[in-house]
Amino acid sequence: MLVDVEARVIRNTRLSSDYNVIALAAPDIAAATAPGQFVMVKSGRGRDPLLRRPFSVFEVLWSNGRVDGLSLLSKRVGVTTGMLFDSVEGDTVSCLGPLGQPFAVVDPPAEAWMVAGGVGLAPFATLGDALVARKTTTTLFYGARSGAELFYLDWFTARGIRLVLATEDGSIGDRGRITVPLERELRRAASAEVMVYACGPEPMLEAVARVAATFKRQSQVSVERVMGCGMGGCYSCVIPVRDAHAAQHAGSERTRPPHHYVRSCIAGPVFRGEDLVWD
Amino acid sequence: MTDLSVQIGSLRLRNPLIAASGCFGYGVEYAEAVDLSTLGGVAVKGLFLKEREGHPPERIVETPSGMLNAIGLQGIGVHRFIREKLPELRRLRATVIVNICGSTLDEYVELARILSDAEGVAALELNISCPNIKEGGITFGCSLHGTFDVVSAVRKVTSLPVVPKLTPNVADVASFAKASEDAGADGVSLVNTFLAMAIDVDTRRPILSNIVGGLSGPAIRPIAVRMVYECRRAVKIPVIGMGGIASASDALEFIIAGATAVQVGTANFVDPFIWAKLLDGLNDYMRRHNLERISDLVGTIDTSARDKQWISS
Ligand SMILES: Cc1cc2nc3c(=O)[nH]c(=O)nc-3n(C[C@H](O)[C@H](O)[C@H](O)COP(=O)(O)O)c2cc1C
Repeated sequence: MLVDVEARVIRNTRLSSDYNVIALAAPDIAAATAPGQFVMVKSGRGRDPLLRRPFSVFEVLWSNGRVDGLSLLSKRVGVTTGMLFDSVEGDTVSCLGPLGQPFAVVDPPAEAWMVAGGVGLAPFATLGDALVARKTTTTLFYGARSGAELFYLDWFTARGIRLVLATEDGSIGDRGRITVPLERELRRAASAEVMVYACGPEPMLEAVARVAATFKRQSQVSVERVMGCGMGGCYSCVIPVRDAHAAQHAGSERTRPPHHYVRSCIAGPVFRGEDLVWD
Repeated sequence: MTDLSVQIGSLRLRNPLIAASGCFGYGVEYAEAVDLSTLGGVAVKGLFLKEREGHPPERIVETPSGMLNAIGLQGIGVHRFIREKLPELRRLRATVIVNICGSTLDEYVELARILSDAEGVAALELNISCPNIKEGGITFGCSLHGTFDVVSAVRKVTSLPVVPKLTPNVADVASFAKASEDAGADGVSLVNTFLAMAIDVDTRRPILSNIVGGLSGPAIRPIAVRMVYECRRAVKIPVIGMGGIASASDALEFIIAGATAVQVGTANFVDPFIWAKLLDGLNDYMRRHNLERISDLVGTIDTSARDKQWISS
């Protein structure tokens, strides 16, 4: 069920000079959220910002055996994320959701490999929880600019999720992109059944989807496009998807195969990697 | 009990609130948030005869109190609309206003014919005002002859109410309302968006892939109110007003300026639950002002205390 609430800020935890995790009292949305779904958020009552912004639900929060809210992982880049960074306990944030298509959660014997880039960690706490609940062996590949921007590592290890890290400056894990260790491990895990999940910048998603396909693994990627409404109303957040029957006839690598635009808010934000045509 | 119903040609709307085209998908997307049967009408996303791909992203950007869009009229085409969306809209008991777009006069006529035969279409809104595509529409909407011709051609082939949607990107919008009335329109709707642009100063690139786009939202409201006022004075047919409505008092401003009904676009993106709030606000106003029929309020702006000599542009 779709809900819009003026959610009270339960707490706001700054993780660095621009990352924060904000906990919101939106229990009805939280209880209805499946991993990979998002909320449309508006901070402030005025008209700057005017439109809501999409955020993956980061954690579903429990206390005393009941869902009492949700949290968002945010990186300060614009007006809304700036306001979320600055907000304090007791402020309210308008929160509409849950929205969008969730991840398809795999069961054993399949393994789950979640690949996160930067703030793309956001959907993987709820997905990790769902996978662990199904006893699916889960690994988080997590890349960032530097070790100081890798967050919540203990949260994942406490749940038995294996970590593979990469940083651009080499301060923790592999130096370079997260696809470096991903490719290495896929090469090693020759026979294992693996579902690859990815969220992060689009070039990373494209690289992950390609690597997964190269090693004959399925992937599910969560995209983030500029969104106006989150409900399929405006047609702004479209992404090119391969035409159903044209896949085999796709010409050379360089020409884009036949495709059409779909609204990432209602057809996504989660797509099968092989369905997307990268622009 | 207050009466919020209004009349557009032969069409009776249960209240004056209509979801604006392009801001409400095909209506069905919003069924989870809004009981569509409680709206005066639902103007669906602009339809061509054929499916259209639209412009590449970026398609929108937020600007002060507004947004620019250049969607490029992505759509499923009239045939799929009738097959895939109209039955559901009928089931939801929506009053469906189909916004139609053509590259040629014949396309408008063809669309009008097809939709007149479809079950569950309440009215046709002729989109002759989309600022974002080259292939037509706007070329009719920017010429008095073009407007007259397309309205009269559609008029001849349909008994559905015909409402051309006017562009504000002309010097004298009221003359376009008059041309529409002369051609047999049942009403006019305005405004479509204002042609505008935004630039990323670091990259020196336009933010929208289409370079220019249409400005909507609260930023345009005062200009839209003025244009509705001008049109109301120029024609006898109903005027459907829109542009930046985000509250009941915004809607009332349009009604008092001369709008028989209003449409809400951008504000629905911000709050898909806005419709019940708008209805409550209208009812509340009616009670406070001891009004029985909202239609009695249309065009009741009182300019007597001011200088009556009002100078156009
Ligand atoms: C994203 C977007 C898409 C639109 N698409 C259409 C369309 O397909 N046909 C049309 O006649 N008007 C279209 N419009 C214009 C609106 O219907 C309306 O005229 C305009 O946005 C002003 O109203 P508002 O300020 O309440 O949004 C669109 C507007 C927006 C913001």
